[in-house]
Amino acid sequence: MPASTAKSFFWKAVRDSIPFVFVAGPFGLLFGVLATEANLDLLATMVFTTTVFAGAAQFTALQALNDHMPTLIVIISALAVNLRVAMYSAALTPWLGNAPFWQRALAAYFTVDQSYALSVAQYETRPDMSIPERMAYFFGTVALIAPLWYLCTLAGALLGARIPESWALDFALPIAFLAMIAPMLRTPAHVAAALVAIVTALLAAGLPYNLGLLVAGLAGMMAGARVEAAAERRAGVA
Amino acid sequence: MTGTATIDTGVLWTVIAALAVGSFALRFVFIGLVGNRPMPAWLLRHLRYTAVAILPAMVAPLVVWPAATGGQPDAARLAAAATTMAVGLWTKNVLAAILSGAGMLWALQWLLG
Repeated sequence: MPASTAKSFFWKAVRDSIPFVFVAGPFGLLFGVLATEANLDLLATMVFTTTVFAGAAQFTALQALNDHMPTLIVIISALAVNLRVAMYSAALTPWLGNAPFWQRALAAYFTVDQSYALSVAQYETRPDMSIPERMAYFFGTVALIAPLWYLCTLAGALLGARIPESWALDFALPIAFLAMIAPMLRTPAHVAAALVAIVTALLAAGLPYNLGLLVAGLAGMMAGARVEAAAERRAGVA
Repeated sequence: MTGTATIDTGVLWTVIAALAVGSFALRFVFIGLVGNRPMPAWLLRHLRYTAVAILPAMVAPLVVWPAATGGQPDAARLAAAATTMAVGLWTKNVLAAILSGAGMLWALQWLLG
């Protein structure tokens, strides 16, 4: 009964995504608040959040717009922050590549940190899942989070600047991302990737146009791949 | 957010349109266009480390030089980041990590005034 197992994978994904309610909620709220403080009207804020649908890129663009950077620089730096979703898309392709075209197009829109991280973790644990089951799981990861993201942005835009500064909402992003990273550090290769990325990011922070992020990300990925290859060689010899 | 002058409406909508198209294109290029064609092993080996490289690279400068303190390192935020990471590594529980990190941040901000 493939349909019923697909349905159960959908609901498993919804349950697995519940912790991210506490990420996407405050995050969406924060975007709404900051967009309003930057004098974006309600329409612009909501079109922004529903069409771009990428928190970190939205925050980057908002900050750059507020700093009155040239339009092209605003676009390039926000897309640079978002380059990682292209890598997520590539990482999901071996698992979802055989699905119908329209499903892949829809999945592309919903490819974000949470859906990618949850789905890949699930597919790696259960490599025997069928394509419809994988798709059901993928869409389950955003069934709760995406509407919540839109609603919280709206709430943030309506609340505006009434959220007290003492809540330190600016740090919601770092805490959320750190909490997502920690459980992913399963092997020495993952730890090496993260450490190299952190050191490179701090050293390369002075590079213009957010290039430091890209350099650090690539350095981390190369470190992880190197350590993994070395571990495989050792296992092969032993 | 430190800007004072209002953002130009034309610039804003240009940026929104470009990011909407660009973000979708970035996500669509592999899963939509590459589809089920096999990708080389060396590429897959690198892609496995995307999240654990890019996310820390994005967070590290925000932790060490937070915008809210004008880029000055801040004890409360550093401790909150360390707590989040430690609890995350220990419990493997995203929610527990977030709550303890936020708790540490609020407690220290209250204590340090």
